[in-house]
Amino acid sequence: MIQCKTSKEIGGMGHSMKRKEDDRFVHGKGNYTDDVKLPGTLYMDIVRSPYAYAKIKNIDSSDALKIPGVLAVITGKDLEQYNLHWMPTLMSDTQMVLPVDTVMYQAQEVAAIIATEKYIARDAREAVKVEYEVMKPVVDPFKALDSDAPVLRSDKEDKKDNHIWHWEVGQKEETERIFNEAEVVVKEQMHIPRIHVASIETCGCVASYDKVDNHLTMYMTTQAPHAIRTVIALVAGHVGLTEEKVRVISPDIGGGFGGKVPVYPGYVIAIAASFLIGKPVKWIEDRSENLQADSFARDYHITAELAGTKDGKILATRMKVLADHGYTDASANPSKFPTGMFSIATGSYDYPNAFMEADAVYTNKPPGGVAYRCSFRVTEAVHAIERMTDRYALEIGKDPAALRFHNFIKKDQFPYHSPTGWEYDSGDYEAGLKLAMKAVDYDNLRIEQAEKRNKGELMGIGLSTFTEVVGAGPSKDFDILGIKMFDSAEIRVHPTGKAIARFGTKSQGQGHETTYAQIIAEELGIPAKDIQIEEGDTDTAPYGLGTYASRSTPTAGAAAAVAARKLRDKAKKIAAHLLEVSEDDLEWEPGKFSVKGAPEKAKTIQEIVFASYTNHPQGMEAGFEATHYYDPPNLTFPSGAYICVVDIDSDTFEIKVRKFVAIDDAGHIINPMIAQGQVHGGLTQGIAPAMYEELIYDDDGNILNGTLMDYLVPTAVESPSWETGHTVTPSPHHPIGAKGIGESPTVGAPPAIANAIIDALKPYGITHLDIPITPYKIFKALKDKGVLDKNIVES
Amino acid sequence: MKKEIKLKINGEEFTEQVEPRTLLVHFIRENIGMTGTHIGCDTSSCGACTILIDGKSAKSCTLLAVQADGKEITTVEGIATTEGVHPIQEGFKENHGLHCGFCTPGMMLRAIELLEKNPDPTEEEIRWGISGNLCRCTGYNNIVKSIKYAGAKLRGDELPSTEPEFVE
Repeated sequence: MIQCKTSKEIGGMGHSMKRKEDDRFVHGKGNYTDDVKLPGTLYMDIVRSPYAYAKIKNIDSSDALKIPGVLAVITGKDLEQYNLHWMPTLMSDTQMVLPVDTVMYQAQEVAAIIATEKYIARDAREAVKVEYEVMKPVVDPFKALDSDAPVLRSDKEDKKDNHIWHWEVGQKEETERIFNEAEVVVKEQMHIPRIHVASIETCGCVASYDKVDNHLTMYMTTQAPHAIRTVIALVAGHVGLTEEKVRVISPDIGGGFGGKVPVYPGYVIAIAASFLIGKPVKWIEDRSENLQADSFARDYHITAELAGTKDGKILATRMKVLADHGYTDASANPSKFPTGMFSIATGSYDYPNAFMEADAVYTNKPPGGVAYRCSFRVTEAVHAIERMTDRYALEIGKDPAALRFHNFIKKDQFPYHSPTGWEYDSGDYEAGLKLAMKAVDYDNLRIEQAEKRNKGELMGIGLSTFTEVVGAGPSKDFDILGIKMFDSAEIRVHPTGKAIARFGTKSQGQGHETTYAQIIAEELGIPAKDIQIEEGDTDTAPYGLGTYASRSTPTAGAAAAVAARKLRDKAKKIAAHLLEVSEDDLEWEPGKFSVKGAPEKAKTIQEIVFASYTNHPQGMEAGFEATHYYDPPNLTFPSGAYICVVDIDSDTFEIKVRKFVAIDDAGHIINPMIAQGQVHGGLTQGIAPAMYEELIYDDDGNILNGTLMDYLVPTAVESPSWETGHTVTPSPHHPIGAKGIGESPTVGAPPAIANAIIDALKPYGITHLDIPITPYKIFKALKDKGVLDKNIVES
Repeated sequence: MKKEIKLKINGEEFTEQVEPRTLLVHFIRENIGMTGTHIGCDTSSCGACTILIDGKSAKSCTLLAVQADGKEITTVEGIATTEGVHPIQEGFKENHGLHCGFCTPGMMLRAIELLEKNPDPTEEEIRWGISGNLCRCTGYNNIVKSIKYAGAKLRGDELPSTEPEFVE
């Protein structure tokens, strides 16, 4: 049970307060980017490449321009005149806005139409004739490094191959020595598939440039409005778009999940078009464009190894990654490390040694990747380590739960220094796993499984006991283009005791309008319902780096608490003045200061706030307002213990998730209802890559499932009924002891499901299958092992 | 060549000239200016554009505006009554049935028809019943709970608890 310090009326931390933002959404009054209507708006549509790799021989716009209502067809050559045909990526690579001579992936932007109506723009898109000279693309990342592979980035001087970067961390020699001497070594080759966030709202913008005021207002589906404004000013300051002349507004966002962090070419073209024409330009991409061209996530090929003793003591891990970044490294990765936080891949276990290395390559695929509902590359890391933990258990014939208990970092080892350089803040991994095992009745499940195996039935139990690393981040390691990754809160309390608070983050459904109000309510005792929360407008909100990497609570939530504490300190001075006592004689309870020993002598926070405007002590600044920019001293390390039970049909190999229990530890919980909602959603985004989703390309670089007809986003039927719970191990360095919850389930669920499926197949000698694990993959694996008793014809 | 259509949207009569190729969802959003009906895909897969036509749920991206000539349409803007919110709206708010809110209008309109045909559906019936509508945020647990709550409210039964349930 979560204990609350405040009354339900105040609604501070721990109350399952209903969301304040919901009224507008259930009435259809949300205001998403496509709902923004400005007088005189023009519409943009984009011609895209049908080929993965081709020279552009000619673009003939003449027929398109004859269509009434078509104002312009913009090509790379047009942008080249303004030096706007390339843009920087967040990883200091370069990305085409529009190509001048070569297209690098299927669905890449080739030209943009500006027209008076949406349908006219689409007509014109069909009328633009592009002549291509098709080339053989590089699709397989392993072949990208072959000596005879074409050098894709010939635009870069001196580039002689398709290698982007190499990265390594850990104890290379010591790890090698341990592997050479270890009693047990297990090894698997795995692929974490290329997937897409597929938020139900696609990306888009309305760029509105006012030629008279020389002012740009950019309505945009972005998770990081302030960073975008700074980028626009850095890139276009020379033409007059300096930072005070740019206002980025991120209205309601229909799901982000990391996919709305990058700057896509469409945004830049819309700004350029509005700048040149002087009218608002709206660009809203289709779903197919969104799936085919916007940044992908994952796509790591991992060779994972684990060394241990025969009796189950883990000694070292070694991992080698090949990262397929498409034609440019457009990772939305704010850390110093090109693989982000992949080095968290020693997980929840006390590894004495580890060594990890990664190489990235260019291919003819869309650029990326994004940190889809995870701190960058944590999902890949967790999948590898949790799969390998089970693989090791299988090898030595030990129960995977027992093996985990044997190797967990113990509660008293925190702060824990991992062999790859992280300092874990806190955790109690045993408590989480014990609760999860009790909830599923683990021992009886194993008995049931043994009985079923005797009858030839396929039942599996999978565990995942992961550690996340979120809340980017401390200024020493984290920045975006040099801007440190603090976040901010500004609280202004009006004379009548009601408040407005503004933040540098931006909710995309996480419920900030409720949870931030609850944090302030907890600290100041002003009812959460009386506190209005605003985000997403760079003209009014304090500077911040946005919402992703589960960072809102760890950074902006912390800023809210610290700013509120500044106000409580001020309130105490005013209360002492009003009650004519010394500050030392006062005690606080949520909502009021009273005199110690004389509780009837008290001033409520509302009376104190009113006095700050009407009767403040001489010498004190009037008003009741505070701002804080919070630079976190460390990241936070949420954890989870997930158990999945699957039944697999022994004729069709259909996989049914019978039960899934998720126990999360995110430290102190602000709103249990919202935290649980985040876990439910994340779990469904975990089953998606585990069983259904993967962007698939053929040898010519054609995407084979670039629409929602073919790319299987789980419906309510594919999603099981999730069961959740929590343990509470506060973060010692966070002002309210919270750690962030949004991403843990997406990170933790896939290996629990994969482990359950492999566990079901254990009697047949199958040690690993790549996700997404489909009935066909199971059929194929069993057939390859020669254990199918029926001669099923391969379709 | 534009064509005249007459139809009722949320009880109000409209007579409009439309291009025959105009999709109904664009007509509602752009011509009428009601933006609560959303567009989430281009293949009729997501259901964000779901409305009611003569009481039956339909994906408005898959119909032409001219096909709605003479029909009565209900969008999310039309489900609340003068007495207050529709039980389905109350259900979604009380049970945390939405996060970003983008799929919510379509999901609620689909659920209204579902509950009309099957006033007391099982969890499985609800899951199949909304399987034409995608939600990327909620994981569906609380959407199911929201629809059950709305069903109870519409039937006049005792309302189920809206508190989150946890494994203890």
